[in-house]
Amino acid sequence: MAVIKLQRPKLNFGEKIYFGALIKGFFLTMTHAVKSLRGKSAGADSLASSGLGVTMQFPEQRWDEHLPEYYRGAPTLVTDEQGRERCVSCQLCEFICPPKAIKITPGEIPSDDPWAKVEKRPKEFDIDMIRCIYCGMCEEVCPEQAIFLRKDYLITGLKRADMVHDKDKLYQIGGVRTGLVNKWNELK
Amino acid sequence: MPDLIQIAIILVKIVALTFLVVLPLVPISVYFERRFSAVIQDRVGPNRVGIPLSLFGFKKDFHFFGLIQPMADGLKLFLKEDFTPAHVRKTFYWLAPVLTVAPALITVCVIPFGSPITIFGHTEKLVIADLDIGPLFVFAVSSLTVYGITLAGWSSNSKFPFIGGVRSTAQMISYEIALGLSIIPVLMFFGELNLGKIVQYQADNGWLLLPLWKNGHFSLPDPQTALFWIPAAISFVIFTISIFAETNRMPFDLPECETELVGGYHTEYSSMKFALFFMGEYAAMVIGSALIVTLFLGGWSVGFTADKWIQGLHIGGFHFGGLIHLTAFVGKLVVFILFFILVRWTVPRFRYDQLMKLGWVIFFEAALINVFLAALILAAPHLTIAILGIGTVLLVVVTAAVIWVAKVSEESPKILRA
Repeated sequence: MAVIKLQRPKLNFGEKIYFGALIKGFFLTMTHAVKSLRGKSAGADSLASSGLGVTMQFPEQRWDEHLPEYYRGAPTLVTDEQGRERCVSCQLCEFICPPKAIKITPGEIPSDDPWAKVEKRPKEFDIDMIRCIYCGMCEEVCPEQAIFLRKDYLITGLKRADMVHDKDKLYQIGGVRTGLVNKWNELK
Repeated sequence: MPDLIQIAIILVKIVALTFLVVLPLVPISVYFERRFSAVIQDRVGPNRVGIPLSLFGFKKDFHFFGLIQPMADGLKLFLKEDFTPAHVRKTFYWLAPVLTVAPALITVCVIPFGSPITIFGHTEKLVIADLDIGPLFVFAVSSLTVYGITLAGWSSNSKFPFIGGVRSTAQMISYEIALGLSIIPVLMFFGELNLGKIVQYQADNGWLLLPLWKNGHFSLPDPQTALFWIPAAISFVIFTISIFAETNRMPFDLPECETELVGGYHTEYSSMKFALFFMGEYAAMVIGSALIVTLFLGGWSVGFTADKWIQGLHIGGFHFGGLIHLTAFVGKLVVFILFFILVRWTVPRFRYDQLMKLGWVIFFEAALINVFLAALILAAPHLTIAILGIGTVLLVVVTAAVIWVAKVSEESPKILRA
């Protein structure tokens, strides 16, 4: 076990007096203060600051247009071009979901339905947004590309019940996704 | 009947100066602390709390740049559970917060807030108690704060507060010496312990650190006053830094240093009792800066020969110049509080041995030498050249000796075994 003996740096007189360092410090902090008041802090532009420091002031200003392509917001269900629910209620997402936020009640598609060939779709599809950790595993595991993490991040509610996204809500946020796998589409 | 009027006037002064001038400065300095530190760190700080008009159906909230924030904080502290741990010594535990706030507020009474106001031919000084022992009274009373902190540390009956309390006691007692010694040159210069008269003198003859006018006219200071600027400046530095240590402000806030002592002496306190400690700290800061401003920076004086004119202003028999001076005083106070805050967010915390060394080895000696230097300068016109020469030589020798001792004491002890 090597012991490294550190030599304390030898300070010269000016450093021992300490006032120089104090004044340097005042200049440093005051420069920061003045720059931050003028909205010219380092990184103020790239962080889209509100003009005071580097902070973006939330309800008035939003980060939305700066969100990266890979941003993981609320998980949602999507429909395809023909308005068919893509979900076939295989329940893989329910099983993979680490915090067990997803609850699916599978249902049968009646034989007179144009999509009767698909056989199943969810009767109920609830995602408890209090539990959801936005990990994106549901999106990754879905064989039908039916569940996606969208960029919505303001999930709020006044009651616990408000925080459970049911099927309607999920489709409403999710909307239509085109250009995905089309194995159920006989026209293609 | 005149007695009753006298008492009524004193009561009005107490209420107005303590509760309308000094106490509001406490939340204001808390607000400044938060906003200024935020600006230094490129943040925004509290800027939202205001009047929530949108609750009553209006379109927009009214926020005074978050100036209401300290009130919201105070309300929060009021509504918190006032929890008394089972293991504390109740009497002292309850006494301690009061003992930290009360002395700070009592010292307000000798601070002159402005020049006298005249109403209906009756002149009234803007000071609660026009004592002839101003600074001594302040030191005597404000040193009682140490009891509050020590009792808080001890009565909490738990280790971190105890260490905090002990640290605070040692620190405050050490720096009281430097504090007291450092203003002796100032008091010698004024030949006066009445703060009101000290400020009046500075208004007429230039502030202690800015002696640029004399008897109400601009003029360069005479050689003696100019020379006295040196000990005055040394006094100012020592006094200011000692005030920092006395008020447990940042470079010296070891009694409550979070990284080592959780919360320091107020770890076991909650709710309004904690708020009282908080308030006492800031009140001490306000009083400390008031004392510095009064002694060194001309107190309520606006300066630059404008004071006589301001004192002469009147509407009929109402000489309101004192109110302008009050505003000037509060302005200076706020500027000095901002300086306190700037120091807090600039200078890192000292180690405890560094703190003690600064107090005992450097400031104590420097203040003592400063007293002799000031005495020599003040007595110079009355001394013969020979005595003056001897005095100067002695002073140089003593200074050199003290510096040598300080240097020797700094050498690390020799290691006895290999």
